[in-house]
Amino acid sequence: MGSEVRPVSAWSPADAGDERESLVVARGLTKRFDGFTAVNGIAFDVSAGEVFGFLGPNGAGKTSTMRMVAAVSPVTEGSLRVLDRDPASDGAGIRAQLGVVPQENNLDEELSVADNLYVYGRYFGMRRSQVRDRIPDLLEFAQLTDRGDDKVTVLSGGMKRRLVIARALINTPSMVLLDEPTTGLDPQARHLVWDRLRELTRQGVTLLLTTHYMDEAEQLCDRLVVMSDGGIVAEGSPRQLIAEYAGREVLEVRFLPGDRDAVLTGLDGVGSRQEVLSDRAIIYGEDAEQLTTAVSRRGVEAASVLVRRASLEDVFLRLTGRGLIE
Amino acid sequence: MSHSGTRLLRGSGKSSVGGVPTHALGASRIVERNLRLARNSWVVFLSGVVEPVIYLFAIDVGLGRLVGDVVGPDGTPVSYAAFAAPALLAASAMNGAVYESTFNIFFKLRYGKLYDAMLATPLTPSDVALGEIGWSQLRGLAYACAFMVVMGVMGLIASPWAVLAIPAAILMGFAFGAVGMAVVTFMRSWVDLDMVNLALLPLFLFSATFYPLDVYPRALQLLTQLSPLYHGVALIRGLTLGAVGWGLLGHVAFLAVMAVLGGVVAARRLARRLLP
Amino acid sequence: MLRVLEGELVSYRRTWRGSVISTFLNPVLFLSAMGLGLGSLVDRGDQLGPVPYLAFYASGLLAAQAMQTGVGDAAYPVMAGIKWLKTYHAALATPLTIRDLVFGHATFILLRVTLASVAFAIIASLFGAFGLGAGLAAVPVALLCGLAYALPVMAYTGMLERDTALAGLFRFGLVPMFLLSGTFFPIDQLPAVLQALARAVPLWHAIELVRAITLAVPTTWPWWAHVGFLVACGLVGGFLATWSFRRRLIA
Repeated sequence: MGSEVRPVSAWSPADAGDERESLVVARGLTKRFDGFTAVNGIAFDVSAGEVFGFLGPNGAGKTSTMRMVAAVSPVTEGSLRVLDRDPASDGAGIRAQLGVVPQENNLDEELSVADNLYVYGRYFGMRRSQVRDRIPDLLEFAQLTDRGDDKVTVLSGGMKRRLVIARALINTPSMVLLDEPTTGLDPQARHLVWDRLRELTRQGVTLLLTTHYMDEAEQLCDRLVVMSDGGIVAEGSPRQLIAEYAGREVLEVRFLPGDRDAVLTGLDGVGSRQEVLSDRAIIYGEDAEQLTTAVSRRGVEAASVLVRRASLEDVFLRLTGRGLIE
Repeated sequence: MSHSGTRLLRGSGKSSVGGVPTHALGASRIVERNLRLARNSWVVFLSGVVEPVIYLFAIDVGLGRLVGDVVGPDGTPVSYAAFAAPALLAASAMNGAVYESTFNIFFKLRYGKLYDAMLATPLTPSDVALGEIGWSQLRGLAYACAFMVVMGVMGLIASPWAVLAIPAAILMGFAFGAVGMAVVTFMRSWVDLDMVNLALLPLFLFSATFYPLDVYPRALQLLTQLSPLYHGVALIRGLTLGAVGWGLLGHVAFLAVMAVLGGVVAARRLARRLLP
Repeated sequence: MLRVLEGELVSYRRTWRGSVISTFLNPVLFLSAMGLGLGSLVDRGDQLGPVPYLAFYASGLLAAQAMQTGVGDAAYPVMAGIKWLKTYHAALATPLTIRDLVFGHATFILLRVTLASVAFAIIASLFGAFGLGAGLAAVPVALLCGLAYALPVMAYTGMLERDTALAGLFRFGLVPMFLLSGTFFPIDQLPAVLQALARAVPLWHAIELVRAITLAVPTTWPWWAHVGFLVACGLVGGFLATWSFRRRLIA
């Protein structure tokens, strides 16, 4: 088994130094569709109680990975254990203990809000009274208490999303999988969803989520892997990744198209590392003040200069040489 | 690890409330979902009663008076309405099962994403398939019962054997539903679904539905006997008219084989479609 | 209005195959199964006098088919334009008006009914139901019938939130009219109440006119009263459709 583990980064599952049980263990996990490889031999562990993220652009293999973990998509190659069970032989047993929030809302649009919860609970084989008892709590969690009798079609995007998340909790799952929980939501709705997810983590539930938002990964994840083209290119906590691949602070120097060469020559050698985009240079370092001083001392003709903290966007840029959201 | 016992979650335990349901139980959950939906649409049930009344009335008062008596399956003359009514029951069993298993399922497979949600739970593809078939049978049963009551009230039932027309209609539902479901897994777009209508209409019109087989030329008579609806019509007509003989078992066998073959193909194809 | 029609024709180019098959195949199937097959039983008696059932039924079906085309094209496609695909909203973002939309779609339906009716007349004459000349002469009646249904149904569809009501329209409106308004048998076989109801639907008036042309039998009312009834339905329907579309699309 060990030989299959790809050395992905300074961090590896083995030295987590933590006695917590692993809810997901993947080694050499591969998914191919008709010759196209969506996931290419990845390894990761998810420990109980943590929020584990897959960060990457569309097509990186995040959703395929999630579907394998959710025991709805057979593994092509490699090994995968979820909740100490084998998805190939005990898929139903795994699904019984998972909550799943898919990328696209798949609510039952013909049923009311409360009936969506009820019917879904019955799919899990829960007793009628048991489901009925849970519905008010879940509606409250989703902040939809007075919308129980509404059709789901009239809910806003954010409400639907919260309902899908509440629905995923109906069976008191051991772990919740969320595929891009906030994609397509407006900022306010997004913050509400984040708030609900943090509430879950406070209650100690294990979350496994995918996102292509940097801020989301930073906000929510204890630990994450960065995926690109079906593989894992880095792994660690958001802080670790930023420290390792970006540096602490960042200076963005924007320039007019004609000044590009002059500016770049002027910036040469400043900071620990530089990325040059079409309209700006991004300079990484430990102290933005020092960077600013260095740039102004050289008399660079910049259109504007922006100081900010390093983010996962910078990590991704560093790891793949391209922007994350294309 | 430590976590507080809370209302919503048990945290990272390894047990959960629901067990893994057996297939029969799993399928019954799908039926329950559909029932919950139907609760709100009483129109569907009303139409189940009103439709037979309209059809049988048109046959009885309209065509029946134009046609007079026709030769029944055992050679004795019967009223046209008593002759055509069982055929309409058979045709509606076919239509109901086929529409439910093609248009409805196609919509759910392609646009609904509903099955994705179901399969994220302990339910398996065969639970889903069985549940959908079971539901469509339940509807078929209700419709057949209503139809038989209307027939009885209009005096179109000639024999106590007619009670068996209800299970016969259910058998038809299984046969046509299974084949419909097998067919729908091959369909790519709504345009393909037009083919379903295209196939149903000739079956409906040329399965000895509206007049005895001997009206057709000899060659067409042989062709008609290949029509699955013909076997359903002959079976149900034999029962409601009391023209019961061993020959009816041949029709039963035809429908049963159809149900099994259709079911096997449908289950295989659905599993592949739902779990890529 | 013509631009709306053009748009409909462009999209029809992609879906015409299915409808062409049914335009030709359905008449063949119905005429052989019911006209010839059932007709052979009906013609043993003399309920219809000297008129063969094939001719009687084919004449009724010419009008009934226009009704079906009219209702069909005014129901789900309109629902799609308003709600599912929202093509009407897109159209209204251009200089097109509500009236263009209503009458553009009605013209499209008119074309479809013309096509289907001419095809039907040709097929029925091949079956020997009636002469081709008489069949073609009855096509204008079919057009009136199509509009007398299409425009009110467009108005109705425009007021609907959900498509389930359309299923109800077909089951409780279209099917009873098809079965009980004279297509399959003369309505004087019906009880008095239902006869009165049958006389209140456009299909019966259209069938009366078609039979007068194809079978050379007298109409129940003066011919102009039947025509007037159909025209009135179309006019009121057109008015209501404009009102209903305006209410729905321009809030």
